[in-house]
Amino acid sequence: MTDTIARPETTPELPGQTVTVKRGKTKHKGLGIDRRPGFLTYGILIALFAGGTYPLWWSVVVGASPSSVLSQDWPPLLPGGQFWTNVAAVFDTIPFWQALLNSVIVSTIITVSVVSFSTLAGYAFAKLKFRGSNGLMVFVVATMAIPTQLGIIPLFILMREFGWTGSIGAIIVPTLVTAFGVFFMRQYLVDVIPDELIEAARVDGANMITTFWNVAVPAARPAMAILSLFTFMMAWTDFLWPMIVSPQNPTLQVALSQLQSARYIDYSVVLAGAVLATLPLLVLFVLAGKQLISGIMAGAVKG
Amino acid sequence: MTRTLEPETSAPAPLKRPGRASALTYKHRLSRLDVKVSPYLYVAPFFVLFGLVGLFPLVYTFVVSLNNWNLLSGPGEWVGFDNYAAELSDPLFWNSLFNTMSIFLLSSIPQLVVATAIAAILDQNLRAKTFWRMSILIPYVVTPVAVALIFSSMFSEQSGLVNHLLSFVGVDPILWKTDVLPSHLAIAGMVNWRWTGYNALILLAAMQSVPRDIHESAALDGAGFVRRFFSITLPSIRPTMIFVIITATIGGLQIFTEPRLYDATSSTAGGAHRQFQTTVLYLWEMAFQRQNFGKASAIALILFVIIVAFGVLNYLISQRIATADSRSDAKNNKRAVRRTLRNGAKEPRA
Repeated sequence: MTDTIARPETTPELPGQTVTVKRGKTKHKGLGIDRRPGFLTYGILIALFAGGTYPLWWSVVVGASPSSVLSQDWPPLLPGGQFWTNVAAVFDTIPFWQALLNSVIVSTIITVSVVSFSTLAGYAFAKLKFRGSNGLMVFVVATMAIPTQLGIIPLFILMREFGWTGSIGAIIVPTLVTAFGVFFMRQYLVDVIPDELIEAARVDGANMITTFWNVAVPAARPAMAILSLFTFMMAWTDFLWPMIVSPQNPTLQVALSQLQSARYIDYSVVLAGAVLATLPLLVLFVLAGKQLISGIMAGAVKG
Repeated sequence: MTRTLEPETSAPAPLKRPGRASALTYKHRLSRLDVKVSPYLYVAPFFVLFGLVGLFPLVYTFVVSLNNWNLLSGPGEWVGFDNYAAELSDPLFWNSLFNTMSIFLLSSIPQLVVATAIAAILDQNLRAKTFWRMSILIPYVVTPVAVALIFSSMFSEQSGLVNHLLSFVGVDPILWKTDVLPSHLAIAGMVNWRWTGYNALILLAAMQSVPRDIHESAALDGAGFVRRFFSITLPSIRPTMIFVIITATIGGLQIFTEPRLYDATSSTAGGAHRQFQTTVLYLWEMAFQRQNFGKASAIALILFVIIVAFGVLNYLISQRIATADSRSDAKNNKRAVRRTLRNGAKEPRA
C-alpha cells in the first residue's frame, strides 16, 4: 500500500501538463466528470467543517468563561472574559511549563532516533544485498501488526529495576525504534534511488557510509520529513505509557489529564488547559498541514 | 547471496613490488569487509533496540503471566495457567471485552462509511481543495487526552451541552456516563470525531489513483456519479479499505485514553459499574490498582491473541471477497459481452 508514495499524484487539472490531459479535459466537459460540484457539495463540506471545529470552539467558549456559565438556561455560545483567570488556575494545578518542556524533549528525541535508525535500516533493506535480508524484512512487516503496547508490564518492571521510573528517559526508551518507520523508509527508498547512483559512488571510491550519507540521505529527505511529522505526533499524543511510568514528572498529556483528577471537576479550568495544550499543535498544523496531508495521502500511514 | 568470484584468487598478480601488493589487498580486503558488514550494522540498531524494548517485554509477559506476581512484592510462586483460567472465568474480564467490542464496532463501522463518503465528496473537482482537505483534518491535531476532556464536558449529565440541546427539542436528559449504550456512543464519538477525516484522506488518495480513463469510458457508457462510485471507485479502493480496517482494528481493540478520562469522578476506572471499562483499561486497573501483575499479563496475552486473530480474520475475509469478486467479475463480463452483442454498441443506462 505504501508504495504509492513514490508515485506522483494523478491530478489531471494541474496546469502545464501534457497534451493528453488537455484532450482529456475537453472530453470531460460533455460527460461531467470534472465539472465543478454544486452547492450541495459545498454545503456538506461546510457542515463537516463546522462539526469538526465545534468541539474546539466549545472548549474555547467554556475555557474563557466562569464555570457558572454551564448552569445557565442557554448554553454559552461566545467566550467570556475569564480565559486568563482560568489559565492561571491551570498553572496552579499542574506543572504546565515543565510538562510542555518534557513533551518537547521526549518527542524530539524519539523523532530523531526513529527517523535516523529507520533511514539507515530502510536503506539497507532497499538497496544493499546481504544474506538474510528477505527474512529480516518479513520479520519487520510481521512486527508492524503486533501490538507491542501490550508489553507494558515487563517494561515497567524493567524500568523500575533500572530506577528510571519518574524520569523522561523511561518514557523515551520503549519508542526509540518502530517497525513501521523501517518499512516506510524501505518502501520509499527502493524506488527513489537508482542502483547506478550507488554503484557510481562506489566506483568513485566512496565507502559504504559515505555512500549512505551522500546518496541515500539526500534522496530520502522528503520521506524523512513525513516520518518525522508522524513520529512526533505519535510521541506527543501518547498517554498510556507516560502515565504509567512517569506520573510524577509528566508529559503534557499526562499533566492535562491530571486537571480533572479532583473530586469536583471545574470544566472551565479543564477546557482552558485543553485549549492551551492544543495551541502548539494547531500552530504546527497551520505551518505544516499541507505536508501532513500529503504524508497521509502518500503513505497510507496511521500514526 | 550471489557472490562474484574474486579474480585475485585465480589470477597470479604480476606485481613488481610486494609491499604495494599487500597494501592493495589490505585496502581491497577492507573494502570487501565494508560491503559485507555494513548492511548488518545499518539494520542492527533497529533489531537490537526492537528486541530489547518491543519483543522481549512481550515474551516476558508470558513468564509473568505464569506466576503470582505482585506490583510491589515481585514474583511469587509459579501458578502455571491459573491466571488465564481465573481471567477467562471472571465476568469482569468478559465485561471489558464486551465494552471493547461494542465501542469498537460503534466507532469503526460508521467511521468507515462516513470516511468513504467524505473521500468521494473530496474526490470531485473542488475549489480550494487544500482548504477542505485541511479542514477535514483539524480534529486529528487535537490529542486524545484533550478530546476526552472536551467530550467529557459536552456529555456531562447535568450541565453538558448535548443534554442541554436535547432539552430544547423535548428529549429527557440522557445518562451519557451512567448507562451502557449512551456511554459507548459518546466514547465511540470521540474516536470517530478524531479519526474520520484522517481515514477519509487515506481513502481519497486511493480514489485518486484510479485512472481517470476508466471513469471517462464509464461516463461515456452513460454511468452516472452514483453508479460510477459503486462500480468503479469502491472496488478499486478495496485494498486501502482493508488497510484502514486492519489498522482501525489494532488501534480500536486497544482503546484506553478515551474511556480512562471520560468520567474522572467515578472511583473505578471505566465507570462506577465498569459500564465502559475496556480491556486495556481493565488490564491497567489489574496491574496498577489491584497490583496483580500476573493476572494483568494474562489479560495482555489474551488480548494479544484476540487482536492477532482479528487481523488474520480480516485478511481471510478480504481474500475471500477478492476471489469471489474476480469470479463474479468474469461472469459479469461474459454477460456484458452477450448484452453488447445483442444490443449492438448501445448500452442501456443503468
